[in-house]
Amino acid sequence: MSISFQDVIATGPITVVSIVALVVLIVETIRDKTELLTCWISITGLVLAMIVAFTSIENTGTAYSGMVNTGGYANFFAVVFCIAGLLSTMLSKSYIQKENIEHGEYYFLLLLAVVGMMLMAAAADLIIFFLGLELMSVTFYVMAGFVRKRQASNEAALKYFLLGAFATGFLLYGIALLYGSTGTTNIESIISRADILPPNTTFLIGLGLLLIGLAFKVAAVPFHMWVPDVYEGSPTTVSGFMSTGGKAAAFSALLLIFAPKLVNLVGPIQEVLAVLSALSMIVGNVIAISQTSIKRMLAYSSIAHAGYLLTGVVAANASGTKGILFYLIAYTVMNIGAFGVLSTFESKDRQNLTFDDYAGLSSKKPVLAGLMALFMFSLSGIPPFAGFFGKYYVFVGAVEAGYTWLAIVGVLMSVVSVYYYLRLVVLMYFKEQAVISEPTVSSLGLTALVISGVAVVELGIFPSTVLNIIANFF
Amino acid sequence: MLEQYVPIGIMMLFAVAFGIVLVNINRWIGPRRPSTEKLSTYESGMEPVRTARERFSVKFYLVAMLFIVFDLEIVFLYPWAVVFRELETAGIVGMGVFLIVLSIGFLYEWKKGAMDWH
Repeated sequence: MSISFQDVIATGPITVVSIVALVVLIVETIRDKTELLTCWISITGLVLAMIVAFTSIENTGTAYSGMVNTGGYANFFAVVFCIAGLLSTMLSKSYIQKENIEHGEYYFLLLLAVVGMMLMAAAADLIIFFLGLELMSVTFYVMAGFVRKRQASNEAALKYFLLGAFATGFLLYGIALLYGSTGTTNIESIISRADILPPNTTFLIGLGLLLIGLAFKVAAVPFHMWVPDVYEGSPTTVSGFMSTGGKAAAFSALLLIFAPKLVNLVGPIQEVLAVLSALSMIVGNVIAISQTSIKRMLAYSSIAHAGYLLTGVVAANASGTKGILFYLIAYTVMNIGAFGVLSTFESKDRQNLTFDDYAGLSSKKPVLAGLMALFMFSLSGIPPFAGFFGKYYVFVGAVEAGYTWLAIVGVLMSVVSVYYYLRLVVLMYFKEQAVISEPTVSSLGLTALVISGVAVVELGIFPSTVLNIIANFF
Repeated sequence: MLEQYVPIGIMMLFAVAFGIVLVNINRWIGPRRPSTEKLSTYESGMEPVRTARERFSVKFYLVAMLFIVFDLEIVFLYPWAVVFRELETAGIVGMGVFLIVLSIGFLYEWKKGAMDWH
């Protein structure tokens, strides 16, 4: 066993982001007033990592003695995480200035979270998966509490930390039991042993515990209790990053471990996943209706979206898996966009976050209102925007797998979600009030919002651009 | 047959007796003038029993955290040193990368004033 230089090159995106993160920390250490510099270094690094990931997407294989996957699936997700990190960084600049939390460490933590996510998507071994998950989670705990002087932010960080640590316990115990019953931590070997093993309680309990840990991270009901408080208390741009990058990372690992092959082999797991999915869709959407704060509404909608995405895992076939990958990239751009618009209007004392504050916005700020409406349409899954095709593919997968009832629940709940997404659009366009304060948006943040908006439309009209890339992985 | 163990038996007797004498000799021949101060447990000058609900400076937590970083470094370094020869170049490079990353962290905390007590 040895580590060669080829491994470092093969895992290019991870290497690049790790080095850039260290550079950011060094710059923060040796210079004063580094906010602008660190922001631009992060942006450059993430763009670079995205290019590296994209160009080496064909070179599938493993690195570090078969511990880390390279190319294909791993690199696709590396691109998604880079997009999430990039958009969040661009949107954060003016937001953290406004909140007086402008420190270089913010960008450092954001980059480290991206490294953790990439490790999760590239994991060929449960140990690497766990390493990535912890790297991501610990940085999220800190970022959630980044506004040190605000009580809600501290509360969010502490809640997230305590519950997250608890969930990690389940996850680790699950890994231990899987190791105990199969004798390996290699994900591929574990999956391939599932059909050789006789009905094995230890194996099933291990899978179940692992699923609890992952369900916590993707925010599926009944492991969703932390979501509203954490997303509401965290800095808005951080909530956007956590709900997209974090969810995408958790789903990338969920798809690796609960791969179609395993789900089809182990019947009970499929049933459990179906119940989790249905519950998430119902609870998330129904509670979201009664929210007055848009940030809280988006938190519950994030639970509902975890439900839609889980439908694809339940389906355990090519359409379902393809659907999840497409859905995740669509969800990333539209949800970061929605949180981004919120962050521009949020005033320093956390005002301007309720539905009523947005009444009559379209006459005053047509561009931002238009973008927000776009993201809301896409989130509710109305064609021709990106969100529609994501939902379409996962539901088609569910029907193909014989889970028609789950697809029906999903479609019905999408109808419910239209109510609260479009309520915001109605308020913005058909009410006259316009008391909202001036938005603070830098040109960088506006660029990020426009990029998200364009991506939402582009992915909706030409979904094949992404689907062609995805089709090669399976 | 057991005779050859007699010296060991005598030795053990002596050892036990010696221990008992040493522990108690103070009590037997020393003067005893007890007071509350003298009878209380010695805890480096601190009050031994107090309320546990007490605030203490956040600086202590900081020291504890700084300590953990270097404690973990040692945990990695010892096993590494044991198999150092088998690991060859990869071992040196790997540990080098680890130490560089750690040093950057160290530099950061130093520059940010985490080491200053006041």
